[in-house]
Amino acid sequence: MASYPQNFRFGEFVGSLLWLIFWVLIIVTLVGLPLVFIVLYYVPLPPINGEVLTPFLFLTMAVDPSRTIPIIEHFMTTDLFRVAAFPGFTYAALIAAVTIFVERKFLAKMQLRIGPLYAGKIEGIFQLIADGLKLIAKEIIVPSGADKPIFWAAPIAFVAVAAAVVALIPAAPGYVAADVDVGLLAVFAILGFFPLIALLFSWASNSKYPFIGGLRALHQMIAFEIPFILSALSVVLLSGTLNLTGIVNSQIQSYWFIFFAPISAFVFYISSLAELERIPFDLPEAESEIVAGWLTETSGMIYGLIQLGSYIKTYALAALFVILFLGGWAGPDVFPQEIETPIINIAPLYDPVAANATLWFTLKTFGVIMLMLLPRGISPRIRIDILLHTGWYKLIVLTFINIFIALALIYGGILGPGGLLVR
Amino acid sequence: MTSLEDKVEESRKLGLQIVKESEEDRLMTLSVGPQHPGSGHFRFIIKLDGDYIVYCDPDPGYVHRGEEKMCEYRNVIQNIPHLERPVIHDSNNVTYSYSLAIEELVGIEVPRRGQFIRAIASELNRQVYTLYWLAIYGIFLGHSTMFMWPTGDRELFIDLLEALTGARVTHAFNIPGGVRNDMPDGFKDRCIRQVRYFEKRLKEYEDIFYNNPLFRQRTEQVGVLSKEDAAKLGVTGSVVRASGIPYDIRKAEPYDIYNEIDFKVQYMKSGDSYARSYVPFLDMKESCHIIEDLLDKMPESGEVRAKLQPNPKGPPGEAYRRVESGRGALGYYVVSDGTPKPYRVKISVGSFRNILALPYLLVGQKLADMPAIYWSLNYWPVEADR
Repeated sequence: MASYPQNFRFGEFVGSLLWLIFWVLIIVTLVGLPLVFIVLYYVPLPPINGEVLTPFLFLTMAVDPSRTIPIIEHFMTTDLFRVAAFPGFTYAALIAAVTIFVERKFLAKMQLRIGPLYAGKIEGIFQLIADGLKLIAKEIIVPSGADKPIFWAAPIAFVAVAAAVVALIPAAPGYVAADVDVGLLAVFAILGFFPLIALLFSWASNSKYPFIGGLRALHQMIAFEIPFILSALSVVLLSGTLNLTGIVNSQIQSYWFIFFAPISAFVFYISSLAELERIPFDLPEAESEIVAGWLTETSGMIYGLIQLGSYIKTYALAALFVILFLGGWAGPDVFPQEIETPIINIAPLYDPVAANATLWFTLKTFGVIMLMLLPRGISPRIRIDILLHTGWYKLIVLTFINIFIALALIYGGILGPGGLLVR
Repeated sequence: MTSLEDKVEESRKLGLQIVKESEEDRLMTLSVGPQHPGSGHFRFIIKLDGDYIVYCDPDPGYVHRGEEKMCEYRNVIQNIPHLERPVIHDSNNVTYSYSLAIEELVGIEVPRRGQFIRAIASELNRQVYTLYWLAIYGIFLGHSTMFMWPTGDRELFIDLLEALTGARVTHAFNIPGGVRNDMPDGFKDRCIRQVRYFEKRLKEYEDIFYNNPLFRQRTEQVGVLSKEDAAKLGVTGSVVRASGIPYDIRKAEPYDIYNEIDFKVQYMKSGDSYARSYVPFLDMKESCHIIEDLLDKMPESGEVRAKLQPNPKGPPGEAYRRVESGRGALGYYVVSDGTPKPYRVKISVGSFRNILALPYLLVGQKLADMPAIYWSLNYWPVEADR
């Protein structure tokens, strides 16, 4: 079978291309440009660097790209940038994407496999894109008798709530979407929505296995919520603030809190594994017992959204671990104070402090994420009664031990205002 | 030691009822399988009271192929390739007892070297089966590394069997009168090398899986089958050995050259899921020794196959022979009416006898223990349906 027209002539092909270019040019000049001018005339644009952004100025940017730098600089100070780009959704989604790839390769190496290989030629780096396209292309099947509004809303709510946690995470000094004074409390308040979404979705699925999975999710998250919050309490005692930026700053002034609160860090790590429903705590999705748990009736992009949400949640909890215990963005300077780039000078956009902070924050977060991926290769699934016993009896006791240590450090004058170890 | 009656009483005391009409409302009926990732080609209906299983009804038969009837339309040699289909992972053991029964009927003696090759192929194939079983047990408990490692190491034995028989899984190697062909050159050295490597890997399995505290928490004291119950229910293979009865067909009624081989019957006393999962592991270790011993004692040359007439037939009569397969005693009862085709073939498989214990073990356990108990029974659904 020929894949090109039978009466194909190269000359005609080139001619048709030239006609196409001709008509595009004509339409752009006669219709497109006047339209742009009309829109720009009526839309008030902000003055940047004391210069009002006129249509003329806007057109000159097409000729000289370096003129866009003040606009980008201005954009980087807006809330939209914070929410949509840097410490917000794009950054989190990028880290989530890298996490998925690293997890698959890392786990494969651990299990003497190769992992993704073909998509994207080089070690299967585009496997995630292939999977995403597949999920988008699949049909979404809603079970008969399902509660349709909740069934459709829950996956979106899952991603939204995960992204809401990300909004509270400062990734560099000043780079945080919502810098609230009770940041840590707000994080835990938002995390409290996840079992609700799991239960609502499992109930809305109108199926037995999702229902068992939803109940398991509820039990598990409630059992681990309390040690989770209590493990952060000793950090709050040590730093004297609930503000996440404040917690990082107090660690920069003294030492990383993991040295003073190792038990809390351990409990926090275990609890975040349970919160993320990762092995060994993946009971709500236990495959061999209850098919896929509360995700049994998900299909296509509904499943994709919940997976995206859970990986963004992984980033958020790893970042929270870094902020609470590993000193956030603290680290030695590696970037030069000034840079000079050829052709387009991006020096006005360059902030060595933020670049340095971002580097260290990202590296530490990846380290913690790797630590969270590790149990999947070495551990079987835990049983619900052992899990509840671990959550309610053991972890809470452990956190209290560390709270008393923190109190002793504060009252002993070692940490806290004017303490021995505070620089 | 609790008997079955005690167990029912105990579950009554816990507030669990064995299905009462009035309490039907609080029970949730779950149909586990045949489309369930934790069931295989098999279904069991369980009723849940909260997280406890109060009732279990196994429902096999989804992959019934009528193997026994099919045997009646073919002559004894033609039966070999389709008889191994129920357990392609253990095909040498499936055809082993059939060949023994036919040999008894026709009255032929297998050459000594043929007996050794048969036993080697049988032991290698038992490893293949047990590794596959272990891989599924790993993934049933959520341990994905334990799924990948045994499925990878299976290749060691599959490669050996491919060199020996020419096929990777369905070998059709044991035939009445011996084995199809002799060993290839250099097989002995290769076999010893790969078995020694595998023994090293077994230590790593123990470290990552059997000594894992979470695995022990999940399986110890779960689904305990006492010695008396095991004898009463008639379970075989690793299940009966895990309950403290050292019963192995290779030792109890030695066939071919197994009475010349020095090996121990591996058994444990606790009878829980952990013991049932650990006994096959011990069997694998012991099998490695058996293979090395067999290769040592094997005669260097000789016939591997007795000469048979083109369409072998014996006098009218019957024969029952059994071997120790990966899942326990596997017996063939063959009745001949003097024609080349068997009059009746009855297959007694270990899987079906082991699954009889499932309803008794599941009642009173938690839902999460269901895969841990079910797969520890060493059950292969396709074999049970035949």
